[in-house]
Amino acid sequence: MDVIIQNAKVIDPKNKTNAVLDLYIKRGKIAELKKDIQAKDVPVLDAKNLCLIPGLIDLHVHFREPGYEQKETITTGALAALKGGVVAAVTMPNTDPPCDHHSVVDNIIRKAREVPFHIFPAGTISQGRAGKYLSEMVDLKRAGIWAVSDDGDWVGDSLLMRRALDYASMLDLLVITHAEDHRLSADGVMTEGLVSTKLGLRAKPNASEDVAVARDIELARLTGARLHIAHISTRGALDFVRRAKSQGLLVTCEVTPHHFALSDEALVRYDTNFKMNPPLRSEEDRKAMVEGLKDGSIDAIATDHAPHTQEEKMLEIDHAPCGVLGVETSFGVAMTELYHKKVLSFEEIIHKMSVRPAEILKLPAQFGQIRVGDKANVTLVAPDHEWVVDPAKFASKSKNSCFIGQKLKGKVMATVCDGKLWQWEKIS
Amino acid sequence: MSGWTRKDLVGIVDLSAAEIGTVLDTAKSLQEISTRSIKKVPTLRGRTIANLFFEPSTRTRISFELAEKRLSADILNITGSTSSTAKGELLKDTIRNIESLKVDMVVIRHSCTGAPHRLAEALNVSVVNAGDGINEHPTQALLDMFTIREKKGRLKGLKVLFVGDILHSRVARSNIWGLTKMGASVVLCGPKTLLPPRIEELGVTVTTNLREAVKDADVINLLRIQKERQDQSFFPSIREYAIAYQINSEILKKAKPDVLIMHPGPVNRGIELSSEVADGPYSVILDQVTNGLAIRMAVLYLLSGAKSIESKKE
Repeated sequence: MDVIIQNAKVIDPKNKTNAVLDLYIKRGKIAELKKDIQAKDVPVLDAKNLCLIPGLIDLHVHFREPGYEQKETITTGALAALKGGVVAAVTMPNTDPPCDHHSVVDNIIRKAREVPFHIFPAGTISQGRAGKYLSEMVDLKRAGIWAVSDDGDWVGDSLLMRRALDYASMLDLLVITHAEDHRLSADGVMTEGLVSTKLGLRAKPNASEDVAVARDIELARLTGARLHIAHISTRGALDFVRRAKSQGLLVTCEVTPHHFALSDEALVRYDTNFKMNPPLRSEEDRKAMVEGLKDGSIDAIATDHAPHTQEEKMLEIDHAPCGVLGVETSFGVAMTELYHKKVLSFEEIIHKMSVRPAEILKLPAQFGQIRVGDKANVTLVAPDHEWVVDPAKFASKSKNSCFIGQKLKGKVMATVCDGKLWQWEKIS
Repeated sequence: MSGWTRKDLVGIVDLSAAEIGTVLDTAKSLQEISTRSIKKVPTLRGRTIANLFFEPSTRTRISFELAEKRLSADILNITGSTSSTAKGELLKDTIRNIESLKVDMVVIRHSCTGAPHRLAEALNVSVVNAGDGINEHPTQALLDMFTIREKKGRLKGLKVLFVGDILHSRVARSNIWGLTKMGASVVLCGPKTLLPPRIEELGVTVTTNLREAVKDADVINLLRIQKERQDQSFFPSIREYAIAYQINSEILKKAKPDVLIMHPGPVNRGIELSSEVADGPYSVILDQVTNGLAIRMAVLYLLSGAKSIESKKE
């Protein structure tokens, strides 16, 4: 595919670019990046007043295939991601069958390529995510996984986790932990605190996350493994991460848009679109997340995109599954809550949503930056464009967003993924 | 007349003191009906009320049913075991079907917090919460307040003590909202494991010491302790629970001479309450049952929007 994106403000924090330039994509590759590119018979996209940034990378999505295609497929998930400006994502392995066998990895990567979209799958830590035997990480890595995680089933067995971290570090695989002591969480459906007491909902304390993060960090210290804390949500857990980082451990973490944008008060109507895991925390924790983004202790913004059908979300709050959509709103929410509220600069947003995720995963050079010669993976955005989140317009198969009806400022206008241009909005 | 405008009664948390007063006053005026030889008024004649009990209940269900009958409503009883919910039908579909049958009001008891709230939002007909999860049991709190007011002449300034499993008690939670709005002071007493976090921020006093707590209480409201909480390590044993938190004649020696003993039922005799106290002079447990009928009649009447209680006598 050939196209010239003209007059875009190119912002590429890694290469310290911040200038109005033209970008010439020739047969999917970035051929030129400079002022006033002239070429005959090449379609032109006038991106005046828009920003061209490295394609966003989401470290945490659930595309549900194989096994739960009624919620999302790799194709619909990828389209939703592309619509959100995301060019690459780490899929979590809680599929059916789980991603603990090379054939599952093959299937995921092949289906993503057909879109085309980049999936860097996470394989399981343990076979069947059962927390008993290590999964075949050598074989899985050969098949194409970039990380391991048992996702929602935290590895409760500390010895197994120690072995997993040792084994994964031998392969330089990132270990992603959904840190939660499920015994402590018990049957909680929201975070424990004044709001849960007021609402009469069963609740889980922050400590269920804090103690699990603390253990995993100590095991990372013991093994020297690269540990990534998924969807951090409490002040206490973040303090453990800060301490680990200051001691030079290879510990990173991500936060979801809903955990820095919303707090437990959102549950007042018992709306299941606000039920997720970890749950929305207190306003104090939310502020701590914003602070962590600002001071750099939180490396990345990842969505934990978790599609569920309307039938499932129609259930009572005790029975409805945890999780909310994310990929189509993450840029808008980040811009609204962090950029327009002057928490982060535009470069810092790109850093958290593209540069840093690429570094954490150790991705090839075509990700997290805009470089001549690489396959084009870039996103065209309008930082001040206001829009209202409308589930009818979602590309995702599911509609369970916690931002429905919200007005956001900052929109993805077009995405170029693996050299293919997707235009979402009219660009003058 | 009443100025009542609500479609639903899902929680005491939503009500103002004036609205609570309206329900209590209305119940007072309806009390007399149950003393007549013909215990029936035509107020809700031609209206249909569905009682949906997705959780086992005897007392509350019977009380609602009798209240409906005394107001001449037609009744549809659906319980968890006979409804389609066991077959995996969505609650919403069950209700929509019932709505299609042109039911005028729905009384719902559900083991999940928020179920009545979601229904009230989804449906045009009135929804009455007959107990949701560990959240609220509004009519129980109203009948408790009615009973206290009947016996003590007021609510304001009284000290009402709740003893037991506050954490899982919808009775306690509804009463906390109601009593604090009506100017009573609420004291909660139970083992620390069964006290909700930060509940004192709702304007109540919290203690784990029953001997101290009973001293100046005007009312002691006992909560049923469930034996399965022992398996979840909330307390070591029923025996120990009874040692520390049972209300019996021994501990009542420390209480005021005119203290009221209340219990939403069913009583675990010999566990949270000794038999001699349950059947003793302080106990108003059976008055609660009687008053529950008047309260539920009042709630149904107010929500129905009926112009008066007896336009024509039958």
